[in-house]
Amino acid sequence: MFWLALMDTLELSKKNNNNNYKDVKDCFETVNRGIFAFNQGLDKVFFKPISKGYRMLPRPIRSGTSNVISNLGNVVTIPNNVLQGQFGNAGVNSLRFVINTTLGIAGIFDVASYYGLKKREKEDYGQTFGRWGINEGCYFVLPVLGPTTIRDSFGSLVNIMGGDAWYNVTVANDTQYFNEADYWLSRLTSGVDFRAKNLESFDSLEKNSIDLYASVRSLYIQDRQRKIKNLDKTTETLSDDDWEELDSQ
Amino acid sequence: MKAIKFALIIIFSIFINNLSLAKESDQLIREIVDEAASVLSSSKSINLKIETLNDIAERSVDINGIGMYTLGKYRKIISDEQKTRYKKLFKLYFLKSFSSRLVDYTDPKIEIISQKKINEKYTIVNSILKATSKNPEVKIDWRVYTKNPEKPMIRDLIVEGLSLARTQKEEFNSVIQNNEGDINALFKTLEEFIIK
Repeated sequence: MFWLALMDTLELSKKNNNNNYKDVKDCFETVNRGIFAFNQGLDKVFFKPISKGYRMLPRPIRSGTSNVISNLGNVVTIPNNVLQGQFGNAGVNSLRFVINTTLGIAGIFDVASYYGLKKREKEDYGQTFGRWGINEGCYFVLPVLGPTTIRDSFGSLVNIMGGDAWYNVTVANDTQYFNEADYWLSRLTSGVDFRAKNLESFDSLEKNSIDLYASVRSLYIQDRQRKIKNLDKTTETLSDDDWEELDSQ
Repeated sequence: MKAIKFALIIIFSIFINNLSLAKESDQLIREIVDEAASVLSSSKSINLKIETLNDIAERSVDINGIGMYTLGKYRKIISDEQKTRYKKLFKLYFLKSFSSRLVDYTDPKIEIISQKKINEKYTIVNSILKATSKNPEVKIDWRVYTKNPEKPMIRDLIVEGLSLARTQKEEFNSVIQNNEGDINALFKTLEEFIIK
């Protein structure tokens, strides 16, 4: 069933292959807007206040927490580096993971950077599918988790089907060292850490948007496209088509 | 012979003049950033800061160009009268949104890193908004329209790879689409934002 749906999305992508910049397929917009409003409410009463509190913690505690979360993320990034043919990055990330987990005390300190192994971009299964040419499919909003696409949600499914070693040792398998709560706590901390880093940006976006839902949708899609194309290190933008068209008018 | 010498002097002086007028994109951004930073860190009142920031934007940002880009496919189907009304509203919307985003920063430290000419019309200037105790470092790329090298203009800000112009375009298009393609719905929304 999973592979059938994925193949279906792949077929769609082939049809759209030549189109670098295309409109977002928001198939369930009315429902999505409802869930988005619910998430906004949840953010106001829960995530934003907690993130504000988190921001008041001393900087070393915040950066240590952020480092632990980032280090845990390597267990998903490394297999995706391999699946995308980024063997150099897979090697660096593996070394970073081993060094930071041991010498860096469970990832609190980024000792690997001190040895010249600089942090690489995070990769996930959704990005790998995108790299393989699979189209994003419909955009939709999940309660609590927020924006996603068909492709990215399949990517998340891979995590719980064995693709995330952290999930495997906490939730999927009964180990004596970790339990399910550790996994959910790490996910929650990751969300709070992200929210705390973006308090002002979110406020500004909210204040200056005439349609906040559409802005968030656009930013999510752009961010995913940038990550899939690994545009971070270049100065290229995603597409110049519309600017070029404008100039010729 | 005298005439040739005279002509050469004229051509040479025009060339020198053009050289001094032509402005590099990174120089333009550096000047704007420095000017904006000095306004934001000054003890001026908020209203005066907004006024000065708007003045900087009007001089250095291609507001009309961004407005037309933002309108997307609808720029081809609206009437000239609607276009004039839109341009007027967009300018007011843009300036309000621009100054409101900036005025929260008290002393932004932006470092220009490099620039890359992507074609005859555009250069991307890469910069970094330095980290503070609250916020992490942010990469900001500036899309500079260089068709007229003597007057380069900013057309987009790409923050951590996310284009503000594209976001705005999709936002505007969403407003129009959700009102059965009626451009007047966008005008109404913009008016509400301006008087807010």
